[in-house]
Amino acid sequence: MRRALRWLMAVCVVVATSTAAFAADLRPIVQSLGSGGYSGTEKALEQLSEAGDPAAVPVIEALQAGDLQVRKSDNAVVIARKAGDAFALTDPLSGADLGQAAAADLTRIRINNSLRRAISATLGALTLMSPDAGVRRSAADAVFKSRDANALATLETAIAKEQDKGVRAAMEQARAAVLLTGAAAATMPDADVQAAVDTLAARGDRDALVLLNMVAASGASEATKKSAASAIATVEQKLALWGALQNLWYGLSLGSVLLLAAIGLAVTFGVMGVINMAHGEMVMIGAYTTFLVQEFFRAHAPGLFDLSILVALPAAFIVSGGVGIIIERSVIRWLYGRPLETLLATWGLSLALQQAVRSIFGPTNREVGAPSWMSGAFELGGLTITYGRLWIVVFAFAVFAALLAALKRTWFGLSIRAVTQNRPMANAMGIRTARVDALTFGLGSGIAGLAGVALSQIDNVSPNLGQGYILDSFMVVVFGGVGNLWGTLVGALTLGTMNKFLEPYAGAVLGKILVLVFIILFIQRRPRGLFALKGRAVEA
Amino acid sequence: MLLRFFLMGLDRKAGIVLAILAILAVAVPVMTLWVPADSPFHLSVFTVSLLGKYLCFALLALALDLVWGYCGILSLGHAAFFAIGGYAMGMYLMRQIGPRGVYGNPVLPDFMVFLNWKELPWYWLGFDQFWFAALMVLVVPGALAFAFGWFAFRSRVTGVYLSIITQALTFALLLAFFRNDMGFGGNNGLTDFKDILGHDIQADGTRVALFVATVAALAFSYMIASGVIASKLGKVLVALRDAESRVRFIGYDTESYKLFAWTLSACMAGVAGALYVPQVGIINPSEFAPASSIEAVIWVAVGGRGTLAGAILGAVLVNMGKSYFTGALPELWLFALGGLFVLVTLFLPKGLLGLWGQLAAKLPGRRKQPGLSEARNSDAQAAGQKGM
Amino acid sequence: MSADSTLLYLDGVSVSFDGFRALNNLSLVMLPGEMRAIIGPNGAGKTTMMDVITGKTRPDRGTILFEGRTDLTRLREAAIANLGIGRKFQRPTVFEPHTVWDNLELALKAPRRPLKTLTYAINGTDRDRIEEILAITRLSALRDRQAGGLSHGQKQWLEIGMLLAQDPKLLLVDEPVAGMTDAETEQTAELLCSIAGRHSVIVVEHDMTFVRALGVKVTVLAEGSVLAEGSLDSVSANAQVIDTYLGR
Repeated sequence: MRRALRWLMAVCVVVATSTAAFAADLRPIVQSLGSGGYSGTEKALEQLSEAGDPAAVPVIEALQAGDLQVRKSDNAVVIARKAGDAFALTDPLSGADLGQAAAADLTRIRINNSLRRAISATLGALTLMSPDAGVRRSAADAVFKSRDANALATLETAIAKEQDKGVRAAMEQARAAVLLTGAAAATMPDADVQAAVDTLAARGDRDALVLLNMVAASGASEATKKSAASAIATVEQKLALWGALQNLWYGLSLGSVLLLAAIGLAVTFGVMGVINMAHGEMVMIGAYTTFLVQEFFRAHAPGLFDLSILVALPAAFIVSGGVGIIIERSVIRWLYGRPLETLLATWGLSLALQQAVRSIFGPTNREVGAPSWMSGAFELGGLTITYGRLWIVVFAFAVFAALLAALKRTWFGLSIRAVTQNRPMANAMGIRTARVDALTFGLGSGIAGLAGVALSQIDNVSPNLGQGYILDSFMVVVFGGVGNLWGTLVGALTLGTMNKFLEPYAGAVLGKILVLVFIILFIQRRPRGLFALKGRAVEA
Repeated sequence: MLLRFFLMGLDRKAGIVLAILAILAVAVPVMTLWVPADSPFHLSVFTVSLLGKYLCFALLALALDLVWGYCGILSLGHAAFFAIGGYAMGMYLMRQIGPRGVYGNPVLPDFMVFLNWKELPWYWLGFDQFWFAALMVLVVPGALAFAFGWFAFRSRVTGVYLSIITQALTFALLLAFFRNDMGFGGNNGLTDFKDILGHDIQADGTRVALFVATVAALAFSYMIASGVIASKLGKVLVALRDAESRVRFIGYDTESYKLFAWTLSACMAGVAGALYVPQVGIINPSEFAPASSIEAVIWVAVGGRGTLAGAILGAVLVNMGKSYFTGALPELWLFALGGLFVLVTLFLPKGLLGLWGQLAAKLPGRRKQPGLSEARNSDAQAAGQKGM
Repeated sequence: MSADSTLLYLDGVSVSFDGFRALNNLSLVMLPGEMRAIIGPNGAGKTTMMDVITGKTRPDRGTILFEGRTDLTRLREAAIANLGIGRKFQRPTVFEPHTVWDNLELALKAPRRPLKTLTYAINGTDRDRIEEILAITRLSALRDRQAGGLSHGQKQWLEIGMLLAQDPKLLLVDEPVAGMTDAETEQTAELLCSIAGRHSVIVVEHDMTFVRALGVKVTVLAEGSVLAEGSLDSVSANAQVIDTYLGR
């Protein structure tokens, strides 16, 4: 951002220097920067500020950086930058090359703290005139932050000239900030103060709140204070609303991570009644598959890196699903109807899988990169939303919808439901129950693999990745109600949101503890979860 | 009456277990303290502490078997009670350090001085007295188990659901004990102990005494457990393990029965933790890790669920294996442990003692013992139906 | 009839599962010492009625009073059992790992609190009572056998024995003769008749020969409510009963 700003400044300098008329006016002022010590420099700065010519920007920047020097031979003010042993000299306004000089032939124009403040204010004021709207806007924001009274005159000129609505609003806010905090605030007519307060209230962010609080605490008239107080209330309300929305977003984001991790479990545990403690390892395998796919792309097709994640999705589904099917055929099928034994056996498998991955890939974290379309963030009102999180939310819901459709609309889903509800009858009707079992387990594991692809974007890809999610996933499924996918959805989002709303008050760890305690108590109230199946079948 | 209670549990199996423990209690001190160091029969103090550690785990396994083997409650959070007992003992040991800590504060443990605390939190009061700490070793795990069980059993949380919320319980405690604000030393836990009951905790005599105390605690707990099992209460427990609603319909309030066994078991686990801490010299939150609780379950499964003696056997064997593997082949330990989980559940559902029973039954002239292990399969199926 | 003089009083009891009405405004009255046979097609609500009386299922609406004063809808299973209501299940459920003797000892009327059972030691009276029940149920020779190893019929007898050991005021017996031989069926009928008078008995049964052998008042349930009540002959003649249950 800053680099872009500088680049833009450089461009506008070039544009400005071509208008020689300005340059001619500036030259004596620039020259006077080098004489009269601190006070002389400060006076010259003020003149530059009043002149309001953006061409002075590089000069002042050089002054700020300590590159503005006086050539002893002719007392000319030049920009001197170190080039080898000597200094390369350029003309401060035209940028023309003035040859080289030794350090001994130059005197640096020194600056102190008060000058530094003046410099940044002047820079802010000058850039307000920039032909580039982006530069003007940042300049307005800079003035808003510095609240420099020197910039007021320039600001008002700029506002008068400004065409862009957004930039003008920013400038007006900056002006309001300067007015309300300046020495003149106490003597300003109430109407003006009121207008400024309104402007700030319209801005409505935390910075505005700070200023409004200053007004309320200052020696302004009662009416002003009152209007400031009401503005503060409005702003605070608005901020609280945005804060709550941001928390809601964080909660939604965490909830969709939980949903992704739990949804595969909802299939194996909820539909099949199999306690798969190795579920977390299926997630982990999905994450490592993503890593391998990315490595392949890095090595063979670096240009297509952004697409690697799209390849990783089916790959992870197949790999994790395949491992799941192997586990079902080799271990779990012998343990149907013995959930506690299944729990122990799959826990053993999870230990072995972790160690296997540790032996192959090493115990350290593996780097999984984010494609460009998943990095960065954007602002939505008062919300900051990162693309990575947004995609995960979208992805979680997509997986949920796809699974729901698969279970409700396909022949395979029908077979799963038939086998779940009445195994012998399904068998008698020609459904190959053993095959349905294996495929169902594979489906649950494959979804865990998909979760692994998503989690590789936000978590460390290490052999322990899965362990962090297994308990949370069980909590979600049990809380939501076993055997009900909608329950899993609501459970995940509720727990995610609850976690994020508790965090600001209780801290992350205590928040998590509170959520766990809540679930423990909740299960005791409703042992079958939020969306419990009722009826004779359950009572048996 | 108490004598009758203990005698009731004394069968041949109990006799063997108690005899082995008695031999250990005599032989180990002799071999450590009085057999010269160059003799092949000499035991190093290190070995004694290691054996003591195994027996602490055996006591935890015994406690777990009481609830899993006889009430069908698969606790995946028993390490929590173990760790709480350990912390109670650790707090006593911390208070015994007195002014010998790094910061030399006569009252506050080092980590509290480090956190800039000015006075001892209220829940640390009294832990300078051994009797108080010993009481807390029983009371705190017992009270926690009672509260947890009261809610869980009343609400008829059973089977897999119960197992999962016991995991949640130990996980919540793990997170809680990691926090420095809790006042239990956070991440580092409690360590650098000096004395126990005025004796140097590192001294050979103290270590041997701790070992003997562990053997005694294990023997005593075994007698309590087998007495409970042999009583009519034990019969009710086994009955409700297999057909809980049937037991209710003949008028037993099954919740209070489970609560009794559950609380008793938690107290035993607390004692095991309290004996463990002085022998390993540290207690930290990692003892609460969900994985440790699950590991304890496999000890019981390996030895044979619902046999008491099997739990002890399994805990000792698996932990000996762990010591060997983590020393010689660390890479392979998790494969071995993971494989054990799978193989035992698939091929050895009755554990080693069950296998022994099956082999013995095949020998001619031996009447099949009407053991509790007979019902294992039907029990598992019953649990399965509940879990679905 | 006022509720005071009754042993069991059900009025307007309804239960539904996911929209299915298992019991629909059911009313039933049992007098002390009375024996009643309940018949009805599958899904008529016979088992649900027992569930509701014994506290396994909570009714959505309705009153259930025991001995005219105790509201059973508020009590848990164990408390109801301790009031003196015993139940025998359709599928015999005995405690399989325990011996026949231990099964009876567990069922025997005695204090049910955990600490009482922890310190329980069998005394002469209890021993005699168990011996007596073993004799009644013809299981004396099998007293040390594990209950899991008994035949189906033996399990039925053991369960009846356990019911006797509880010494309840009201026995709920669900299909006691399923899987029994004709001779056993007859013996069971005799046994039940011999205990009526001292105890009230509700028998749910499909076997019409057995119901006839009992020779008691019959209640016909259908779709969760009482269809007809009276002697077996009178309900057999009832046109509605013939339509819904007996068939033409």
